[in-house]
Amino acid sequence: MTPRSVVGVMPARLMDPTAAPDWRLVRLGRGIMETLIQQLINGLVIGSVYALIALGYTMVYGILGLINFAHGDVLMVGALVALQTMTFLMGMAPGMSPLVMLSIALLVAIVVCMLLGFTMERLAYRRLRNAPRLAPLITAIGVSFLLQTIAMIIWGRNYHTYPQLISTTPLQPIEGVFITPVQITIIFGSAALMIGLLLLVNRTKIGRAMRATAENHRVASLMGVDTNAVIAFTFVIGAGLAAVAGVMFASNYGIAHYGMGFMPGLKAFTAAVLGGIGNLGGAMLGGLVLGVVESFGAGYIENLTFGFLNSSYQDIFAFLILGLVLIFRPTGLLGERVSDRA
Amino acid sequence: MNELAAAVPWLGKRNPLAARWLIIILAITAPLVAWQFGKSWVRILDFALLYMLLAMGLNLVVGFAGLLDLGYIAFYAVGAYTFAFLASPHFDVHLPFWTILPLGAGFAAMAGIMLGFPVLRLRGDYLAIVTLGFGEIVRIFMLNLNYPVNITNGPQGINMIDPINLFGWDLSRNLQIGENFSINSLFLYYYFFLLAVAGSIVFVHRLQISRVGRAWAAMRDDELAAKAIGINTRNMKLLAFSLGATFGGLSGCLFGAFQGFVSPESFSLMESIAVLTMVVFGGMGNIAGALVGAFVLALLPEILRDVAVPLQQTLFGHVLLDPEVLRMLLLSLAMILMMLLRPAGLIPARARYSHDHHLSNKLKQEAAK
Repeated sequence: MTPRSVVGVMPARLMDPTAAPDWRLVRLGRGIMETLIQQLINGLVIGSVYALIALGYTMVYGILGLINFAHGDVLMVGALVALQTMTFLMGMAPGMSPLVMLSIALLVAIVVCMLLGFTMERLAYRRLRNAPRLAPLITAIGVSFLLQTIAMIIWGRNYHTYPQLISTTPLQPIEGVFITPVQITIIFGSAALMIGLLLLVNRTKIGRAMRATAENHRVASLMGVDTNAVIAFTFVIGAGLAAVAGVMFASNYGIAHYGMGFMPGLKAFTAAVLGGIGNLGGAMLGGLVLGVVESFGAGYIENLTFGFLNSSYQDIFAFLILGLVLIFRPTGLLGERVSDRA
Repeated sequence: MNELAAAVPWLGKRNPLAARWLIIILAITAPLVAWQFGKSWVRILDFALLYMLLAMGLNLVVGFAGLLDLGYIAFYAVGAYTFAFLASPHFDVHLPFWTILPLGAGFAAMAGIMLGFPVLRLRGDYLAIVTLGFGEIVRIFMLNLNYPVNITNGPQGINMIDPINLFGWDLSRNLQIGENFSINSLFLYYYFFLLAVAGSIVFVHRLQISRVGRAWAAMRDDELAAKAIGINTRNMKLLAFSLGATFGGLSGCLFGAFQGFVSPESFSLMESIAVLTMVVFGGMGNIAGALVGAFVLALLPEILRDVAVPLQQTLFGHVLLDPEVLRMLLLSLAMILMMLLRPAGLIPARARYSHDHHLSNKLKQEAAK
């Protein structure tokens, strides 16, 4: 499978001049049903990555009412740190098994991103908790661009090919439908992480503290919850999930870049809003729905618009969905929170 | 103007009139000084003036009305592309400048209303993200509308755009006076843009102290209370969006004509953020703040480019941070540090009422009525 538009900032043709949009390959000489299933699978794969990122947004939003604009860039840092680690390991221990290598890289990326999330909260957002409403958001935008710039300084402007430690040879579970082992790993890995997160939030003590803080800061702190620690913990968990999502995203498309976090970040935010922001289940559902809609949209837009628009417009769907949801159902699919929290 | 004069250090508080004249003289002589350092500096000043126009427009939306718009550059793009469509060999249409200018502004205003309607109910951060999405959609269309019908010429952009032509006076030609004295076209553009900025200052200032401006301020500070005292917040929001967009469209037209070339690259999210940083850096809700912010943040990267690159070469032997990286670093740090240390900006808006006699008198009169 050839990588399609990886990040919104870069048209697919710049990345690989010979790459045809894969839905075209998919459609040639195959039945409608196979195409449909293929789009569904592609959508679910990317959707589960969106869901993982969306969880970070939704947790922070639920607790602080802040859109952590820099969340997408944490993902980018995760992907690039993992890449760096893998390159280092390949040089140091060429004989290492790919799975061990991937696990180490993942671990390093998670730790770095968690530290990053902690630092961001501590240095930038904590001071602004009671500031006028635009201040934290503007700071978050600043942090996002700062991260991108730092990544640009460290890793340069080039697109890096991402090592495929898990095989990308497509399997054919059904005749004419392809799925790669990477994609299978992504789906199951993110499902496991999501279940873990739900258990953490619903079954553990810190989870209860998180829910209490989200409900009401002051009362929670009166009940003996260290809200500062809880908020920091939320950022750290979100950043860890973003690191994993970053590695998944980069592995799926086989490419990494300093600006790669922006589009998935935005889309994951859309997913969080779609599902109902502040709601964990909603973020998961929203991510999957968004992934599938996007995949179908990119696949069928050319037919629907009689060839006027093509799959380079696929990034538009996320924004359209975002706009429509906010206008018609601001609480999202599962949410009950009001939308106009400042 | 009063605000700007008051912002002059030392002199501003003691002798506002002198400060005012100082600013005017500085504004007029600036390109002459810049010329001493090279032609490109005059060009940079021209761009700084365009950024000032943009910052003033965005300040209307963000600072006055309190609506955080992250897709502002889309209106700039609408203006620039309108100019490019109507005055270039691309479609082989060459309308006169004075026809295109209102068209560009009008289209941008329409785009502003189109964006404004669906997002009326949104506030704060949601609004920011949706406007960001709007900006991205506009950019995606600019990039891809070269197929199947070539409208925008895709990533290559449109070039050979007609220069500004004021009733037969072509600004892109050096003005020849006598035998051996000529004024470079960059100066002509500078003074033309300066006029535009001056006009906008007057307009925005009048707007700010008008009923509309005060309605915006009320809406920004408390939307519910504003509604309760009878302000039609829907119309006020739409007005803010469309007026802000008009400014974007106008400066877009000027940009297209001045640069002679437009491409989607000039209208990336980074530019929206850059203009926002200018407003934030200078001080939201404050004309002088927007102007100073735009001026400083348009000039500083260029100065850095001139200073930092040779400096790095002598220090490390090669260029470690290229100018574009430096610009991003500067803008993002400016945004974060400003919010953390001085959230009201370089020139805080609150100081306005203390020295603006015209406004305070007017407010007193209104109160007396």
